[in-house]
Amino acid sequence: MKNSIGREIPEKIVGYDKFKCYCSPFIKEPVGRKASPKLRQVKPGDKKVVNSLEEAIKKAGLKDGMTISFHHHFRNGDYIINMVMDKIAEMGIKDITIAPSSLTTVHETLVEHVKSGVISGIYTSGVRGKLAEEISKGIMEKPIIIRSHGGRARAIEAGEIHIDVAFLGVPSCDEYGNASGKGAKTICGSLGYAKVDAKYADTVVLITDDLVCYPNFPASISQTDVDYVVVVDSIGDPNGIASGATRYTKNPKELLIAKYASKVIVNSGYFKEGFSFQTGSGGSSLAVTRFLKEIMKDRGIKAKFALGGITKPMVELYEEGLIEHLFDTQTFDLVSCESIFQNPNHHEIDASMYANPHNKGSFVNKLDVVILSALEIDTSFNVNVITGSDGVIRGASGGHSDTAAGSKMSIIVAPLIRGRIPTVVDNVNTVVTPGETVDVLVTDRGIAINPKRKDLMENLKNKGLPIVTIEELRDMALKIAGKPKPIEYTDKVVGVVEYRDGSIIDVIRQIK
Amino acid sequence: MKKRLRRTMMYVPGNNPNMLAEAHIYGADSLMFDLEDSISLSEKDSARLLVYNAIKSIDYGETEIVVRINGLDTPFGRNDIKAMVRAGADVIRLPKTETAKDVLDVEEIIEEVERNSSRPIGSTKMMAAIESPLGVINAVEIAKASSRLIGIAIGAEDFVTNMKTKRSPEGIELLYARSQILIAARAAGICALDTVYSDVNNEEGFRKEVKLIKQLGFDGKSIINPRQIAPVHEIYAPTEKEIEHSKRVIRAIKEAEEKGLGVVSLKGKMVDKPIVERAERILELARACGMEKEGE
Repeated sequence: MKNSIGREIPEKIVGYDKFKCYCSPFIKEPVGRKASPKLRQVKPGDKKVVNSLEEAIKKAGLKDGMTISFHHHFRNGDYIINMVMDKIAEMGIKDITIAPSSLTTVHETLVEHVKSGVISGIYTSGVRGKLAEEISKGIMEKPIIIRSHGGRARAIEAGEIHIDVAFLGVPSCDEYGNASGKGAKTICGSLGYAKVDAKYADTVVLITDDLVCYPNFPASISQTDVDYVVVVDSIGDPNGIASGATRYTKNPKELLIAKYASKVIVNSGYFKEGFSFQTGSGGSSLAVTRFLKEIMKDRGIKAKFALGGITKPMVELYEEGLIEHLFDTQTFDLVSCESIFQNPNHHEIDASMYANPHNKGSFVNKLDVVILSALEIDTSFNVNVITGSDGVIRGASGGHSDTAAGSKMSIIVAPLIRGRIPTVVDNVNTVVTPGETVDVLVTDRGIAINPKRKDLMENLKNKGLPIVTIEELRDMALKIAGKPKPIEYTDKVVGVVEYRDGSIIDVIRQIK
Repeated sequence: MKKRLRRTMMYVPGNNPNMLAEAHIYGADSLMFDLEDSISLSEKDSARLLVYNAIKSIDYGETEIVVRINGLDTPFGRNDIKAMVRAGADVIRLPKTETAKDVLDVEEIIEEVERNSSRPIGSTKMMAAIESPLGVINAVEIAKASSRLIGIAIGAEDFVTNMKTKRSPEGIELLYARSQILIAARAAGICALDTVYSDVNNEEGFRKEVKLIKQLGFDGKSIINPRQIAPVHEIYAPTEKEIEHSKRVIRAIKEAEEKGLGVVSLKGKMVDKPIVERAERILELARACGMEKEGE
């Protein structure tokens, strides 16, 4: 059957029961009640600190077939997921579904645990490297489920992901489980994804390499939610967790795209006193923030808040008084990590507050402008950020569809051609974000506005911007790069891409 | 023919397919595909082939395409000219020009190739880079050597080495050569292009140099990175005041013409030919900078 954006979804997907096809961004109404963790009493004098990870796993009652969760605040510096999975494998536990908020290249060693049957299911925002390649080749029986950051928080609150045990790495923690994103050895800033897991998992195990005196306040994760604390030698590589130097791009193409994107913002009608925005951590995105800073200073315009994904350029704007509040689910670099612990209006928010479509109002709903990237975008403005031009999984859903849906204007920035692969195509390999929530595409060769945004077309014309149709961009790309041979897939579904509301927006098939 | 602006002429190494395919998107007035110094001996043939195919197949729009060839004293110069004229390059740039004969020798080959191909005779323009003391002394005869010449340029690195000095931030060592080349260019009625500024990361120093050469009178600057485009165009952009004044000058001229008046005055000052020319040039620049629309 086809869903509303014309993607072919099989009638039945082995290993994926709950079934609803994507229809439109806000049509699906949530029903029922929020999920809740098991009740448990910790009595005066009870100790939470256990001697080893093994002891924590035993005490948590982890058994075959259970679901465990992790966060990805440590990015490529993460030691936790591999450490816990190795231990679980050693203990002979099998058939585990892992539900990390995302996976990076550092987790490719999980391939062995998938092969040996320790891991049988994966729910994640993204996956990269060898593990992603193996999944695309069909290593798993059940498809992995790709969810956005908001979609994951929603699924946890709705009980669609039931976390039996959450294993959460934390930079510092006291004996009773008050945890912070700042420790003696590592710093990761916000613990926004982990906060959701801590609230809804039946058992919460914190893993730290910096056990501090009680009470470790202010705490991102609170003692009332934590069952056990494990102390290990090292939770991660500080260099991989938060890069010291966010370098401004010198790539002329990224700068050109950024220049166009900031011009689009400035002339869109949303650039006025008290506006709000989110820019990502890619080269062009960071440069947009830098260009905006100059224009904001020139015109005396201040932003009410910036959301995200907080990066150094945003912190600079905040510290110069150009942004009033920073709302932070994930902190990207050292400057931002320091900022969240120093700057009073740099606030930590959890992933549900950030982007869950089925709570009573997330921050993305209040967002004016968001800058997003794309691996591919098609002539209906559907965006792929998950599979590469070879059909292999290589990216992450992230907050892409959440912010595109919530914001008043979503801008995709991408080069028209990468290497020799066109970015603008007739049909993307995999849809993550539906075109009806995407407003503007900015490339190095021209800017296309979604035809349904007549207001933006009006505002942006005669502003010295190279505005063309998206079909013209597609033709330009085709002319330069030629038409790529279609990717060959089998019928086996290796990944289900859920839209933020839980409906299926697309599936990823096994590559031949 | 509409006068071309040449505020920025960007070097693109002829052996880099990616840059050849994309260099024009950054908005330089001219691109200069290099077959000479940036190409190693082992890559001379492949770079020539690559540039030939790039010019043949890529739509560079309004951007002027200049190719810097190897000198005729090398085994590559003649083949470079043949290939580039056939490809349809707008301008052939001679390196290390020292005499008028250097220009004429290249012109002869160009004309021969034009004759044997579909290109109209005279359609391939030329540009000469002056990079030595002898070239500076002969600048006037070089500039006047051929009607194909659209401009001369100073290449500073070789020049300062010959002069037993090196480049300084103030550029005092180049003042004579720059002035000589400018005067020669103006005497011949062609463009004068300044040399490159190689420290791409020193924007402040670059801006200072661009201001200097603009004040001297150069039409523009050779550049080596897309990041250098915006500062040059910004510095070369006329001010609002200059644009307004120029519009008034042009209006006054038109009115005088309509009324059949010989002498034109604006606010009590006589408007003569140089003032009109300057006004036209400013409006031309304003249009190129997107500050004014065609016809306004």
